[in-house]
Amino acid sequence: MIRESIPEALKIRQKSTGWLVMTVLGLLIIAMFVLSMNTGFIHLSPLELWETLLGHGTAKQELILLQFRLPRIVISVLVGAGLALSGCIMQGISRNALADSGILGINAGAGLVVVLFVSTYSITAEVPKFALPFLALLGGGATAALIYTLSYRRDGGIQPTRLILTGIAVGAGISSAMIVLMLKLSEQNYKLVSLWLAGNISGVTWRDVVSLLPWIVILIPYVFTKSRFLNVLSLGEARAKGLGVSVSREQLKLLAVAVGLAASSVSVSGGIGFVGLIGPHLARRLVGSRHELLLPTSALIGSLLVITADTLGRWVLQPTEIPTGLVVAIIGSPYFLYLLAKAKN
Amino acid sequence: MMTKDSQEVHSRPFAASGIIALSIILLVISIFLAISLGAADIKLSVVWSAIFHFDSSNIEHQTIMELRLPRVLGGVMVGASFAVAGAIMQGLTRNPMADSGLLGLNSGAGFAMAICFAFFPGLSFMYLMLCTFVGAGIGAGMVYGISSLTRGGMTPVRLVLAGAALSALFSALSEIITLHFNIGQSIAFWYAGGVAGTKWSQLLIMFPWVVAALLGAIIISRSISMLSLGEEIAKGLGQRTKVVRLVATILVLVLAGSAVSVVGPVAFVGLLIPHLARYLVGVDYRWIIPCSAVLGSLLVVLADLSARIINPPQEVPIGALISLIGIPFFLYLANKERREL
Repeated sequence: MIRESIPEALKIRQKSTGWLVMTVLGLLIIAMFVLSMNTGFIHLSPLELWETLLGHGTAKQELILLQFRLPRIVISVLVGAGLALSGCIMQGISRNALADSGILGINAGAGLVVVLFVSTYSITAEVPKFALPFLALLGGGATAALIYTLSYRRDGGIQPTRLILTGIAVGAGISSAMIVLMLKLSEQNYKLVSLWLAGNISGVTWRDVVSLLPWIVILIPYVFTKSRFLNVLSLGEARAKGLGVSVSREQLKLLAVAVGLAASSVSVSGGIGFVGLIGPHLARRLVGSRHELLLPTSALIGSLLVITADTLGRWVLQPTEIPTGLVVAIIGSPYFLYLLAKAKN
Repeated sequence: MMTKDSQEVHSRPFAASGIIALSIILLVISIFLAISLGAADIKLSVVWSAIFHFDSSNIEHQTIMELRLPRVLGGVMVGASFAVAGAIMQGLTRNPMADSGLLGLNSGAGFAMAICFAFFPGLSFMYLMLCTFVGAGIGAGMVYGISSLTRGGMTPVRLVLAGAALSALFSALSEIITLHFNIGQSIAFWYAGGVAGTKWSQLLIMFPWVVAALLGAIIISRSISMLSLGEEIAKGLGQRTKVVRLVATILVLVLAGSAVSVVGPVAFVGLLIPHLARYLVGVDYRWIIPCSAVLGSLLVVLADLSARIINPPQEVPIGALISLIGIPFFLYLANKERREL
């Protein structure tokens, strides 16, 4: 629906601006980390945090930092980066500014499989965490394939709007299936699953970090190596073909990576949407459309968004903890509406 | 946006009245079936005698009068309301994807419901229903406001996208309220969507609103037919389009709001049924509206019946069940409208 006009796609900002933006974002993430430690039920002041980080904290402070807060913050950063990059890739290859793994229903598909799996385990058994990203990938991949097939037309290929409408419908279908499944759960599992669906990263441990980290660490550099290809692709398929790129194969590879990033993130964090939409958009405004800068900036904005949402969720309605996904939705859906209103047709 | 036939309004009164009569017969049969089947099957003859010769000492009679009958009648009213609301919206906006679930009315009403449960616990059903009218209005107003602000105006796709985003916002807000005030237990059954808990008292409050709105819809159906040809043509034919739009909007809010207050946010009835009705009786809203009402009732009553007998004693939420029928249809519409997209 929203296609970057070619001059805009070629708009190049100074590299130095890019570095400045990224440094500022990095600093903001660190500031949010400090702020995040200083809020909530148990908090550490910046000074205590510094002492604890240097190893001079009390046993209790170390426990809070290392066992409770740090894994949570690391997960926020990883999930934010993963979802934002995934959105950035999807927007790049579909040339559709509203593409996002949440809006396209891929998060829901990944979630369904994870929920199915978790709910077959009894609450006391430890779920093999490392398996979850794989299962999520399975669900997300199957959903992506389904959406792709349903919106494919032999005469016109994939049209961005049809893709999104199909995504919305498939997402709604998966949610319905989920409601039916959830009725069979025990009360304990029901609570677990519904918290998970709302996008909750409060209970994460280092085990979750370990299960997610390899995915992000392997896939992110791969995406960065593809930034020049994404630049070419954003000029339009015809031009990309003219420049000698085997478009459809590369597109498929990148789509697989995007699904992998989104699904593995969702397998740990639960249903967090809109990050893949907001990250790339703000990034494009800050550093322009060249993917060498756009990709890392999107990832940083995604991380900042999730860590901010997590902190707000713990702080705004104390003692109730608002699941992170809900906070992101409250920030994200007005932004989506704003983009929609601004879109030229 | 609609099919070619809508260039000229032609109605088929004989065929249409036949179809409506047939639908009514089907509806009556399914009402009796829905009363008699369930966790405990009850003979049809007992259903008959319970309704016409009620014996308060008979347990089967009590089950019918206290549980099954209000539930089925709730389904009838809710189905008619959603379907007619959808029909009016589709005619008014000339948008084939219009439905109270897709356009933010249901989620707005749900949000109003969450606020009522949290801040005014023990509010009577009457006020609860009025609040959902307001909530539905806010949801619809926001979706229309946003999509008409867009450059290039409203298109079906934009309405659906705006509706989806707004639903995400409203449901996040409702969920936060639910968590903070710990009202999950009391509101969960309602969100899942079902007519299981319908009480006589609710039906009595809802009945006059729904009947008045349905009559209103039939009264203005001719004007809606005109409007469905386009604003210019309707004006040329002497319609006071602003008045018609205002009245129609109020009718939609009352219908969708009262249905949501009983059954929860069930989507796709309002999308599916008017299309079916248009297919059966042509493009004249004087026939589409009554036909939608009957078919909508039929769909919800049958969905509720299947929800009970698929996996007893557990019940499948009818909202989920209807979505499973509605989604393929939505996909079909999304593909058919490709020139528009």
